[in-house]
Amino acid sequence: MLIKKTKNSDETENNVTDESIFNDRRRIIKGLGFAGMGSLLASSQQAHALSLFGSSDEDSLFKTRELSFSKPEKYQIEEPLTPELKATRYNNFYEFGLGKDDPFENSQSFSTDPWKLVIDGAVENPITLDYDDLYSLFDIEERIYRLRCVEAWSMVIPWVGFSLNKLIAKAKPLSKAKYVSFRTVFSPKQMPGQKSRYVGGGIDYPYREGLRLDEAMHPLSFMAVGVYGKTLPPQNGAPIRLVMPWKYGFKSIKSIVRIELTEDEPKTTWSMLAPNEYGFYANVNPKVSHPRWSQAKERRITSGGLLNRSRIDTQMFNGYDEVASLYSGMDLSKYY
Amino acid sequence: MYRIKPAHITGIKVITHGICLGFIALFYYWGFTDQLEGDPVKILIHQMGIAALNMLLLTLALSPIAKTFRQSALIKLRRLFGLYSFAFAALHFTNYLVFDLQLDWANLFEDIIKRPYMTVGFVSIIILFALSITSPDNVKRKMKKHWQTLHNFVYLSGALGVLHYIWSVKTSVGKPLVYLIIITILLVLRKDKAKHWIKKQFKA
Repeated sequence: MLIKKTKNSDETENNVTDESIFNDRRRIIKGLGFAGMGSLLASSQQAHALSLFGSSDEDSLFKTRELSFSKPEKYQIEEPLTPELKATRYNNFYEFGLGKDDPFENSQSFSTDPWKLVIDGAVENPITLDYDDLYSLFDIEERIYRLRCVEAWSMVIPWVGFSLNKLIAKAKPLSKAKYVSFRTVFSPKQMPGQKSRYVGGGIDYPYREGLRLDEAMHPLSFMAVGVYGKTLPPQNGAPIRLVMPWKYGFKSIKSIVRIELTEDEPKTTWSMLAPNEYGFYANVNPKVSHPRWSQAKERRITSGGLLNRSRIDTQMFNGYDEVASLYSGMDLSKYY
Repeated sequence: MYRIKPAHITGIKVITHGICLGFIALFYYWGFTDQLEGDPVKILIHQMGIAALNMLLLTLALSPIAKTFRQSALIKLRRLFGLYSFAFAALHFTNYLVFDLQLDWANLFEDIIKRPYMTVGFVSIIILFALSITSPDNVKRKMKKHWQTLHNFVYLSGALGVLHYIWSVKTSVGKPLVYLIIITILLVLRKDKAKHWIKKQFKA
Protein backbone atom coordinates (compact mmCIF):
# COMPACT_ATOMS: atom_id res chain seq x y z
CA MET A 1 0.00 0.00 0.00
CA LEU A 2 1.07 3.52 -0.72
CA ILE A 3 1.77 5.49 2.42
CA LYS A 4 1.55 9.22 1.94
CA LYS A 5 3.15 11.29 4.67
CA THR A 6 1.30 14.46 5.57
CA LYS A 7 1.82 17.14 8.17
CA ASN A 8 -1.02 18.09 10.48
CA SER A 9 -0.81 21.64 9.17
CA ASP A 10 -1.66 20.60 5.62
CA GLU A 11 -5.09 21.96 4.84
CA THR A 12 -8.25 20.97 3.01
CA GLU A 13 -7.38 19.90 -0.57
CA ASN A 14 -4.34 17.99 0.58
CA ASN A 15 -6.36 16.20 3.20
CA VAL A 16 -8.82 14.86 0.69
CA THR A 17 -7.96 11.21 0.39
CA ASP A 18 -7.07 10.07 -3.06
CA GLU A 19 -9.73 7.83 -4.57
CA SER A 20 -7.10 5.19 -5.30
CA ILE A 21 -6.43 4.83 -1.58
CA PHE A 22 -10.10 4.27 -0.90
CA ASN A 23 -10.11 1.62 -3.59
CA ASP A 24 -6.99 0.02 -2.11
CA ARG A 25 -8.86 -0.24 1.15
CA ARG A 26 -11.74 -1.94 -0.61
CA ARG A 27 -9.38 -4.48 -2.10
CA ILE A 28 -7.93 -5.27 1.32
CA ILE A 29 -11.42 -5.67 2.75
CA LYS A 30 -12.24 -8.04 -0.05
CA GLY A 31 -9.10 -10.00 0.76
CA LEU A 32 -10.21 -10.19 4.38
CA GLY A 33 -13.53 -11.62 3.28
CA PHE A 34 -11.82 -14.58 1.71
CA ALA A 35 -10.11 -15.36 4.99
CA GLY A 36 -13.49 -16.87 5.76
CA MET A 37 -13.56 -16.34 9.47
CA GLY A 38 -12.98 -12.66 8.86
CA SER A 39 -16.62 -12.44 7.98
CA LEU A 40 -17.52 -13.36 11.54
CA LEU A 41 -16.33 -9.96 12.66
CA ALA A 42 -17.70 -8.30 9.64
CA SER A 43 -20.18 -5.53 9.52
CA SER A 44 -21.65 -4.06 6.37
CA GLN A 45 -18.31 -3.07 4.93
CA GLN A 46 -17.06 -6.62 5.16
CA ALA A 47 -20.32 -8.12 4.04
CA HIS A 48 -19.56 -6.67 0.65
CA ALA A 49 -16.21 -8.32 0.74
CA LEU A 50 -18.03 -11.59 0.29
CA SER A 51 -19.81 -10.53 -2.85
CA LEU A 52 -17.43 -11.20 -5.70
CA PHE A 53 -18.90 -8.70 -8.11
CA GLY A 54 -19.57 -5.74 -5.84
CA SER A 55 -16.75 -3.91 -7.48
CA SER A 56 -16.03 -0.20 -7.32
CA ASP A 57 -13.82 -0.14 -10.39
CA GLU A 58 -13.95 2.98 -12.47
CA ASP A 59 -15.97 1.37 -15.30
CA SER A 60 -18.81 0.15 -13.15
CA LEU A 61 -19.43 3.54 -11.52
CA PHE A 62 -22.51 5.56 -12.42
CA LYS A 63 -21.59 8.18 -15.01
CA THR A 64 -22.01 11.78 -13.93
CA ARG A 65 -21.26 14.85 -16.06
CA GLU A 66 -20.06 18.38 -15.41
CA LEU A 67 -22.74 21.07 -15.08
CA SER A 68 -22.42 24.79 -15.75
CA PHE A 69 -23.96 27.09 -13.18
CA SER A 70 -23.67 30.43 -11.41
CA LYS A 71 -22.36 30.86 -7.87
CA PRO A 72 -24.47 33.46 -6.09
CA GLU A 73 -22.38 35.20 -3.41
CA LYS A 74 -25.13 34.80 -0.82
CA TYR A 75 -24.87 31.03 -0.72
CA GLN A 76 -21.11 30.60 -0.60
CA ILE A 77 -20.29 29.94 3.05
CA GLU A 78 -16.92 29.91 4.75
CA GLU A 79 -17.08 26.53 6.50
CA PRO A 80 -14.80 23.82 5.06
CA LEU A 81 -16.54 21.47 2.63
CA THR A 82 -17.04 17.80 3.35
CA PRO A 83 -14.75 15.92 0.93
CA GLU A 84 -16.66 14.65 -2.10
CA LEU A 85 -15.59 11.07 -1.43
CA LYS A 86 -17.21 11.17 1.98
CA ALA A 87 -20.44 12.85 0.92
CA THR A 88 -20.84 10.34 -1.90
CA ARG A 89 -19.88 7.20 0.06
CA TYR A 90 -21.56 7.75 3.41
CA ASN A 91 -25.30 8.01 2.80
CA ASN A 92 -28.69 7.13 4.14
CA PHE A 93 -30.85 5.94 1.24
CA TYR A 94 -32.68 2.89 2.56
CA GLU A 95 -34.02 2.00 -0.88
CA PHE A 96 -30.48 0.72 -1.50
CA GLY A 97 -29.89 -0.82 1.95
CA LEU A 98 -29.44 0.26 5.57
CA GLY A 99 -25.63 0.46 5.82
CA LYS A 100 -23.96 3.81 5.19
CA ASP A 101 -22.01 2.41 2.24
CA ASP A 102 -24.90 0.34 0.84
CA PRO A 103 -26.36 3.22 -1.22
CA PHE A 104 -23.07 3.62 -3.10
CA GLU A 105 -22.45 -0.11 -3.42
CA ASN A 106 -25.94 -1.01 -4.66
CA SER A 107 -26.90 1.93 -6.84
CA GLN A 108 -24.25 2.30 -9.53
CA SER A 109 -26.40 0.75 -12.26
CA PHE A 110 -29.46 2.87 -11.37
CA SER A 111 -31.01 4.41 -14.47
CA THR A 112 -32.07 8.09 -14.45
CA ASP A 113 -32.62 8.78 -18.16
CA PRO A 114 -35.48 8.75 -19.15
CA TRP A 115 -37.00 10.37 -16.05
CA LYS A 116 -40.39 11.90 -15.40
CA LEU A 117 -41.18 14.40 -12.65
CA VAL A 118 -44.86 15.30 -12.36
CA ILE A 119 -46.15 18.39 -10.53
CA ASP A 120 -49.90 18.16 -10.05
CA GLY A 121 -52.72 18.22 -7.48
CA ALA A 122 -54.16 21.59 -6.48
CA VAL A 123 -52.53 23.51 -9.33
CA GLU A 124 -53.82 25.42 -12.33
CA ASN A 125 -51.11 24.16 -14.61
CA PRO A 126 -49.95 20.59 -13.99
CA ILE A 127 -46.53 20.00 -15.55
CA THR A 128 -44.29 17.09 -16.36
CA LEU A 129 -40.54 17.48 -16.56
CA ASP A 130 -38.45 15.01 -18.54
CA TYR A 131 -34.77 14.27 -17.96
CA ASP A 132 -33.44 17.20 -20.03
CA ASP A 133 -35.94 19.65 -18.50
CA LEU A 134 -34.40 19.05 -15.08
CA TYR A 135 -31.23 20.84 -16.19
CA SER A 136 -32.62 23.32 -18.68
CA LEU A 137 -35.97 24.64 -17.48
CA PHE A 138 -34.41 26.97 -14.91
CA ASP A 139 -31.04 28.71 -14.52
CA ILE A 140 -29.04 26.54 -12.18
CA GLU A 141 -26.79 27.76 -9.40
CA GLU A 142 -24.47 26.39 -6.75
CA ARG A 143 -25.35 26.71 -3.07
CA ILE A 144 -23.23 25.51 -0.19
CA TYR A 145 -25.52 24.27 2.57
CA ARG A 146 -25.00 22.64 5.94
CA LEU A 147 -26.74 19.26 6.13
CA ARG A 148 -27.68 18.00 9.60
CA CYS A 149 -28.75 14.36 9.88
CA VAL A 150 -31.20 13.36 12.62
CA GLU A 151 -28.51 10.84 13.64
CA ALA A 152 -26.38 13.76 14.92
CA TRP A 153 -23.80 14.02 12.16
CA SER A 154 -23.47 16.81 9.64
CA MET A 155 -21.78 17.74 6.38
CA VAL A 156 -21.18 20.88 4.31
CA ILE A 157 -22.16 20.22 0.72
CA PRO A 158 -22.11 22.25 -2.53
CA TRP A 159 -25.42 21.51 -4.24
CA VAL A 160 -26.30 22.57 -7.78
CA GLY A 161 -29.92 23.24 -8.74
CA PHE A 162 -32.74 25.77 -8.47
CA SER A 163 -35.21 27.13 -5.91
CA LEU A 164 -38.22 24.94 -5.32
CA ASN A 165 -40.44 28.04 -5.45
CA LYS A 166 -39.63 28.54 -9.16
CA LEU A 167 -40.90 25.07 -9.94
CA ILE A 168 -44.05 25.45 -7.85
CA ALA A 169 -44.78 28.90 -9.28
CA LYS A 170 -44.63 27.43 -12.78
CA ALA A 171 -47.42 25.01 -11.86
CA LYS A 172 -49.54 27.90 -10.46
CA PRO A 173 -50.89 26.61 -7.13
CA LEU A 174 -54.62 27.12 -6.49
CA SER A 175 -55.57 29.13 -3.42
CA LYS A 176 -56.79 25.98 -1.65
CA ALA A 177 -53.30 24.42 -1.84
CA LYS A 178 -51.73 24.41 1.65
CA TYR A 179 -49.16 21.63 1.53
CA VAL A 180 -46.70 20.03 -0.87
CA SER A 181 -46.20 16.28 -0.95
CA PHE A 182 -43.18 14.54 -2.51
CA ARG A 183 -42.58 10.98 -3.63
CA THR A 184 -39.47 8.99 -4.45
CA VAL A 185 -39.50 6.70 -7.49
CA PHE A 186 -40.84 3.20 -6.88
CA SER A 187 -38.61 0.79 -8.75
CA PRO A 188 -38.10 -2.48 -6.84
CA LYS A 189 -36.16 -3.93 -9.76
CA GLN A 190 -33.45 -1.32 -9.28
CA MET A 191 -33.85 -0.73 -5.55
CA PRO A 192 -33.24 -3.83 -3.42
CA GLY A 193 -34.67 -2.12 -0.34
CA GLN A 194 -38.04 -1.77 -2.04
CA LYS A 195 -37.99 -5.41 -3.09
CA SER A 196 -37.23 -6.87 0.34
CA ARG A 197 -38.48 -5.68 3.72
CA TYR A 198 -35.24 -6.82 5.31
CA VAL A 199 -33.00 -4.83 3.01
CA GLY A 200 -35.21 -1.73 3.17
CA GLY A 201 -35.80 -1.54 6.92
CA GLY A 202 -39.52 -2.32 6.90
CA ILE A 203 -40.46 1.02 5.36
CA ASP A 204 -43.67 1.26 3.36
CA TYR A 205 -42.29 2.43 0.01
CA PRO A 206 -42.37 4.66 -1.97
CA TYR A 207 -40.70 7.08 0.42
CA ARG A 208 -42.78 10.22 0.88
CA GLU A 209 -42.15 13.62 2.38
CA GLY A 210 -44.06 16.84 2.75
CA LEU A 211 -43.80 20.56 3.48
CA ARG A 212 -46.19 23.34 4.27
CA LEU A 213 -46.62 25.48 1.14
CA ASP A 214 -45.02 28.52 2.81
CA GLU A 215 -41.99 26.40 3.75
CA ALA A 216 -41.74 25.11 0.21
CA MET A 217 -41.92 28.67 -1.19
CA HIS A 218 -39.08 29.88 1.07
CA PRO A 219 -36.09 30.85 -1.07
CA LEU A 220 -33.80 28.43 0.83
CA SER A 221 -35.86 25.39 -0.23
CA PHE A 222 -33.83 23.91 -3.04
CA MET A 223 -34.16 21.30 -5.75
CA ALA A 224 -30.73 19.81 -6.43
CA VAL A 225 -29.81 18.19 -9.74
CA GLY A 226 -26.09 18.16 -9.01
CA VAL A 227 -23.44 18.09 -6.31
CA TYR A 228 -19.71 19.02 -6.38
CA GLY A 229 -20.23 20.58 -9.82
CA LYS A 230 -21.52 17.41 -11.47
CA THR A 231 -24.90 15.72 -11.90
CA LEU A 232 -26.05 13.80 -8.83
CA PRO A 233 -24.85 10.23 -8.41
CA PRO A 234 -27.64 7.76 -7.49
CA GLN A 235 -26.62 7.42 -3.83
CA ASN A 236 -27.18 11.17 -3.42
CA GLY A 237 -30.64 11.11 -5.03
CA ALA A 238 -30.18 11.26 -8.82
CA PRO A 239 -31.49 12.80 -10.93
CA ILE A 240 -33.35 15.31 -8.72
CA ARG A 241 -33.81 15.70 -4.98
CA LEU A 242 -35.02 18.15 -2.38
CA VAL A 243 -32.57 19.96 -0.05
CA MET A 244 -34.06 21.54 3.09
CA PRO A 245 -31.07 22.95 4.97
CA TRP A 246 -32.90 23.89 8.19
CA LYS A 247 -34.55 20.48 8.58
CA TYR A 248 -33.12 17.07 9.44
CA GLY A 249 -31.71 15.26 6.43
CA PHE A 250 -34.55 12.76 6.06
CA LYS A 251 -36.83 15.61 4.87
CA SER A 252 -34.58 16.08 1.84
CA ILE A 253 -36.24 13.37 -0.22
CA LYS A 254 -34.27 11.81 -3.08
CA SER A 255 -34.97 10.70 -6.67
CA ILE A 256 -38.32 12.51 -6.83
CA VAL A 257 -40.96 11.53 -9.40
CA ARG A 258 -44.00 13.35 -8.09
CA ILE A 259 -44.76 16.65 -6.36
CA GLU A 260 -48.40 17.06 -5.45
CA LEU A 261 -50.01 20.17 -3.96
CA THR A 262 -52.62 19.25 -1.36
CA GLU A 263 -55.15 20.79 1.00
CA ASP A 264 -54.32 18.49 3.93
CA GLU A 265 -51.05 17.71 5.65
CA PRO A 266 -49.50 14.82 3.71
CA LYS A 267 -48.32 11.65 5.43
CA THR A 268 -44.54 11.36 5.62
CA THR A 269 -42.51 8.16 5.74
CA TRP A 270 -40.65 8.51 9.05
CA SER A 271 -43.57 9.94 10.99
CA MET A 272 -45.67 7.01 9.73
CA LEU A 273 -43.06 4.53 10.93
CA ALA A 274 -42.29 6.10 14.34
CA PRO A 275 -44.61 9.05 15.08
CA ASN A 276 -43.18 9.59 18.57
CA GLU A 277 -39.66 10.00 17.16
CA TYR A 278 -40.13 11.86 13.87
CA GLY A 279 -42.67 14.61 13.28
CA PHE A 280 -43.92 16.36 10.15
CA TYR A 281 -41.75 19.45 10.69
CA ALA A 282 -38.38 17.90 11.67
CA ASN A 283 -36.74 21.30 12.07
CA VAL A 284 -33.19 21.11 13.38
CA ASN A 285 -33.55 21.99 17.07
CA PRO A 286 -30.81 21.43 19.68
CA LYS A 287 -33.33 21.78 22.49
CA VAL A 288 -35.66 18.99 21.42
CA SER A 289 -34.01 15.60 21.93
CA HIS A 290 -34.75 12.59 19.82
CA PRO A 291 -36.40 10.20 22.33
CA ARG A 292 -33.29 7.99 22.17
CA TRP A 293 -30.46 10.50 21.78
CA SER A 294 -29.58 14.16 22.28
CA GLN A 295 -29.65 16.66 19.41
CA ALA A 296 -27.61 19.30 21.24
CA LYS A 297 -24.36 18.52 19.41
CA GLU A 298 -23.28 17.05 16.14
CA ARG A 299 -20.21 15.54 14.54
CA ARG A 300 -19.14 17.54 11.50
CA ILE A 301 -17.75 15.26 8.82
CA THR A 302 -14.87 17.00 7.06
CA SER A 303 -11.42 15.72 6.30
CA GLY A 304 -9.16 14.41 9.03
CA GLY A 305 -9.12 11.06 10.78
CA LEU A 306 -10.00 9.90 14.27
CA LEU A 307 -8.20 12.73 16.02
CA ASN A 308 -10.03 15.49 14.22
CA ARG A 309 -11.99 17.34 16.88
CA SER A 310 -15.19 17.89 15.01
CA ARG A 311 -17.89 17.75 17.67
CA ILE A 312 -19.75 21.07 17.50
CA ASP A 313 -22.89 22.61 18.95
CA THR A 314 -26.02 22.18 16.85
CA GLN A 315 -27.64 25.51 15.94
CA MET A 316 -31.37 26.28 15.95
CA PHE A 317 -32.71 25.76 12.40
CA ASN A 318 -29.20 24.53 11.58
CA GLY A 319 -28.09 28.17 11.65
CA TYR A 320 -30.65 29.35 9.07
CA ASP A 321 -32.35 31.92 11.32
CA GLU A 322 -34.20 33.52 8.42
CA VAL A 323 -36.79 30.73 8.52
CA ALA A 324 -37.76 31.38 12.17
CA SER A 325 -40.71 33.60 11.17
CA LEU A 326 -42.35 30.61 9.46
CA TYR A 327 -42.89 29.09 12.90
CA SER A 328 -43.72 32.10 15.06
CA GLY A 329 -46.25 31.22 17.74
CA MET A 330 -45.75 27.47 17.28
CA ASP A 331 -44.63 25.23 20.14
CA LEU A 332 -41.67 23.53 18.44
CA SER A 333 -41.37 20.85 21.12
CA LYS A 334 -44.89 19.78 20.18
CA TYR A 335 -44.51 20.24 16.43
CA TYR A 336 -41.14 18.51 16.15
CA MET B 1 -16.20 -40.16 13.92
CA TYR B 2 -13.88 -37.24 13.33
CA ARG B 3 -12.87 -35.37 16.45
CA ILE B 4 -11.26 -31.96 16.76
CA LYS B 5 -7.95 -32.51 18.56
CA PRO B 6 -6.13 -30.20 20.99
CA ALA B 7 -3.58 -29.40 18.28
CA HIS B 8 -6.39 -28.11 16.09
CA ILE B 9 -7.63 -25.96 18.96
CA THR B 10 -4.20 -24.35 19.18
CA GLY B 11 -4.38 -23.70 15.44
CA ILE B 12 -7.82 -22.12 15.74
CA LYS B 13 -6.56 -19.93 18.59
CA VAL B 14 -3.63 -18.68 16.52
CA ILE B 15 -5.94 -17.88 13.61
CA THR B 16 -8.36 -16.10 15.98
CA HIS B 17 -5.57 -13.90 17.32
CA GLY B 18 -4.45 -13.12 13.79
CA ILE B 19 -7.89 -12.14 12.56
CA CYS B 20 -8.94 -10.15 15.63
CA LEU B 21 -5.67 -8.26 16.03
CA GLY B 22 -5.43 -7.71 12.28
CA PHE B 23 -8.99 -6.38 12.22
CA ILE B 24 -8.22 -3.93 15.04
CA ALA B 25 -4.89 -2.82 13.54
CA LEU B 26 -6.34 -2.24 10.07
CA PHE B 27 -9.37 -0.28 11.21
CA TYR B 28 -7.35 1.99 13.51
CA TYR B 29 -4.75 2.50 10.79
CA TRP B 30 -7.51 3.54 8.37
CA GLY B 31 -9.15 5.63 11.08
CA PHE B 32 -6.04 7.61 12.02
CA THR B 33 -5.02 8.16 8.39
CA ASP B 34 -8.54 9.22 7.31
CA GLN B 35 -9.08 6.40 4.86
CA LEU B 36 -12.56 5.45 6.01
CA GLU B 37 -15.41 6.68 3.85
CA GLY B 38 -17.60 8.90 5.99
CA ASP B 39 -17.19 9.62 9.67
CA PRO B 40 -14.21 7.60 10.95
CA VAL B 41 -15.41 7.92 14.54
CA LYS B 42 -18.86 6.52 13.86
CA ILE B 43 -17.46 3.80 11.64
CA LEU B 44 -14.97 2.62 14.29
CA ILE B 45 -17.62 2.71 17.01
CA HIS B 46 -19.93 0.66 14.81
CA GLN B 47 -17.33 -1.86 13.63
CA MET B 48 -16.01 -2.56 17.13
CA GLY B 49 -19.55 -2.86 18.52
CA ILE B 50 -20.60 -5.33 15.85
CA ALA B 51 -17.38 -7.31 16.30
CA ALA B 52 -18.04 -7.49 20.07
CA LEU B 53 -21.56 -8.81 19.48
CA ASN B 54 -20.36 -11.31 16.89
CA MET B 55 -17.69 -12.71 19.21
CA LEU B 56 -20.17 -12.87 22.10
CA LEU B 57 -22.79 -14.74 20.08
CA LEU B 58 -20.07 -17.04 18.79
CA THR B 59 -18.94 -17.70 22.39
CA LEU B 60 -22.50 -18.57 23.38
CA ALA B 61 -22.86 -20.82 20.34
CA LEU B 62 -19.80 -22.91 21.23
CA SER B 63 -21.36 -25.22 23.82
CA PRO B 64 -24.51 -26.07 21.82
CA ILE B 65 -22.28 -26.77 18.81
CA ALA B 66 -19.87 -28.86 20.89
CA LYS B 67 -22.77 -30.87 22.34
CA THR B 68 -24.59 -31.42 19.06
CA PHE B 69 -21.51 -32.51 17.14
CA ARG B 70 -19.80 -34.19 20.09
CA GLN B 71 -16.72 -32.00 19.82
CA SER B 72 -15.95 -31.28 23.44
CA ALA B 73 -12.56 -29.77 22.53
CA LEU B 74 -14.36 -26.70 21.19
CA ILE B 75 -15.25 -25.68 24.75
CA LYS B 76 -11.61 -24.69 25.17
CA LEU B 77 -12.21 -21.77 22.82
CA ARG B 78 -14.85 -20.14 25.00
CA ARG B 79 -12.51 -18.10 27.15
CA LEU B 80 -10.52 -16.72 24.23
CA PHE B 81 -13.62 -15.80 22.22
CA GLY B 82 -15.21 -14.24 25.30
CA LEU B 83 -12.10 -12.19 26.04
CA TYR B 84 -12.03 -10.88 22.48
CA SER B 85 -15.70 -9.97 22.81
CA PHE B 86 -14.79 -7.86 25.83
CA ALA B 87 -11.78 -6.38 24.03
CA PHE B 88 -13.96 -5.24 21.13
CA ALA B 89 -16.65 -3.96 23.53
CA ALA B 90 -14.02 -2.00 25.46
CA LEU B 91 -12.73 -0.45 22.22
CA HIS B 92 -16.31 0.33 21.19
CA PHE B 93 -16.87 2.17 24.47
CA THR B 94 -13.47 3.89 24.42
CA ASN B 95 -14.04 5.13 20.86
CA TYR B 96 -17.29 6.67 22.01
CA LEU B 97 -15.79 8.31 25.09
CA VAL B 98 -12.50 9.48 23.60
CA PHE B 99 -13.21 10.27 19.95
CA ASP B 100 -16.93 11.03 19.96
CA LEU B 101 -17.54 12.69 23.34
CA GLN B 102 -13.91 13.86 23.52
CA LEU B 103 -13.81 12.97 27.23
CA ASP B 104 -16.87 14.98 28.14
CA TRP B 105 -17.57 12.90 31.28
CA ALA B 106 -20.70 14.80 32.26
CA ASN B 107 -22.19 13.96 28.89
CA LEU B 108 -21.22 10.32 29.32
CA PHE B 109 -22.95 10.01 32.70
CA GLU B 110 -26.02 11.80 31.38
CA ASP B 111 -26.17 9.40 28.43
CA ILE B 112 -25.85 6.32 30.63
CA ILE B 113 -28.52 7.51 33.05
CA LYS B 114 -30.99 9.11 30.65
CA ARG B 115 -30.81 7.00 27.54
CA PRO B 116 -32.01 3.42 27.86
CA TYR B 117 -29.94 2.12 24.94
CA MET B 118 -26.82 3.51 26.59
CA THR B 119 -27.82 2.08 29.97
CA VAL B 120 -28.27 -1.45 28.69
CA GLY B 121 -25.10 -1.25 26.60
CA PHE B 122 -23.10 -0.07 29.58
CA VAL B 123 -24.44 -2.84 31.85
CA SER B 124 -23.59 -5.36 29.14
CA ILE B 125 -19.97 -4.14 29.04
CA ILE B 126 -19.65 -4.06 32.84
CA ILE B 127 -20.70 -7.71 32.93
CA LEU B 128 -18.14 -8.62 30.25
CA PHE B 129 -15.50 -6.76 32.27
CA ALA B 130 -16.34 -8.73 35.43
CA LEU B 131 -16.20 -11.99 33.49
CA SER B 132 -12.87 -11.07 31.91
CA ILE B 133 -11.06 -10.24 35.15
CA THR B 134 -12.32 -13.46 36.73
CA SER B 135 -11.31 -15.60 33.75
CA PRO B 136 -7.82 -16.79 34.85
CA ASP B 137 -7.72 -20.35 36.22
CA ASN B 138 -6.42 -19.37 39.65
CA VAL B 139 -9.24 -16.84 40.14
CA LYS B 140 -11.71 -19.47 39.02
CA ARG B 141 -10.34 -21.91 41.63
CA LYS B 142 -10.52 -19.32 44.39
CA MET B 143 -14.11 -18.34 43.57
CA LYS B 144 -15.29 -21.96 43.72
CA LYS B 145 -19.05 -22.25 43.03
CA HIS B 146 -19.51 -18.47 42.89
CA TRP B 147 -17.57 -18.45 39.64
CA GLN B 148 -20.33 -20.26 37.74
CA THR B 149 -22.99 -18.01 39.26
CA LEU B 150 -21.12 -14.93 38.08
CA HIS B 151 -20.40 -16.36 34.67
CA ASN B 152 -24.06 -17.19 34.07
CA PHE B 153 -24.47 -13.42 33.65
CA VAL B 154 -22.95 -13.82 30.18
CA TYR B 155 -26.48 -14.59 28.95
CA LEU B 156 -27.77 -11.30 30.33
CA SER B 157 -24.84 -9.51 28.74
CA GLY B 158 -25.65 -11.04 25.35
CA ALA B 159 -29.33 -10.13 25.59
CA LEU B 160 -28.57 -6.54 26.66
CA GLY B 161 -25.93 -6.18 23.95
CA VAL B 162 -28.46 -7.10 21.26
CA LEU B 163 -31.07 -4.81 22.84
CA HIS B 164 -28.53 -1.97 22.79
CA TYR B 165 -27.97 -2.55 19.06
CA ILE B 166 -31.70 -2.64 18.29
CA TRP B 167 -32.41 0.56 20.22
CA SER B 168 -29.51 2.44 18.67
CA VAL B 169 -30.73 2.27 15.06
CA LYS B 170 -33.56 4.05 13.25
CA THR B 171 -35.28 0.87 12.12
CA SER B 172 -34.65 -2.59 13.50
CA VAL B 173 -35.97 -4.58 10.55
CA GLY B 174 -32.89 -6.01 8.88
CA LYS B 175 -29.62 -6.91 10.56
CA PRO B 176 -30.64 -6.08 14.16
CA LEU B 177 -33.52 -8.52 13.70
CA VAL B 178 -31.06 -11.26 12.70
CA TYR B 179 -29.13 -10.68 15.93
CA LEU B 180 -32.37 -10.83 17.91
CA ILE B 181 -33.26 -14.17 16.34
CA ILE B 182 -29.80 -15.64 17.00
CA ILE B 183 -29.65 -14.53 20.64
CA THR B 184 -33.19 -15.83 21.19
CA ILE B 185 -32.24 -19.25 19.82
CA LEU B 186 -29.08 -19.32 21.95
CA LEU B 187 -31.05 -18.43 25.08
CA VAL B 188 -33.90 -20.86 24.38
CA LEU B 189 -31.31 -23.66 24.08
CA ARG B 190 -30.44 -22.91 27.73
CA LYS B 191 -33.97 -22.99 29.07
CA ASP B 192 -33.48 -26.27 30.99
CA LYS B 193 -30.32 -24.92 32.54
CA ALA B 194 -32.17 -21.75 33.57
CA LYS B 195 -35.03 -23.73 35.12
CA HIS B 196 -32.58 -25.88 37.01
CA TRP B 197 -30.68 -22.85 38.25
CA ILE B 198 -33.83 -21.03 39.41
CA LYS B 199 -35.02 -24.14 41.31
CA LYS B 200 -31.65 -24.41 43.01
CA GLN B 201 -31.79 -20.78 44.10
CA PHE B 202 -35.18 -21.29 45.73
CA LYS B 203 -34.02 -24.40 47.56
CA ALA B 204 -30.94 -22.71 48.95
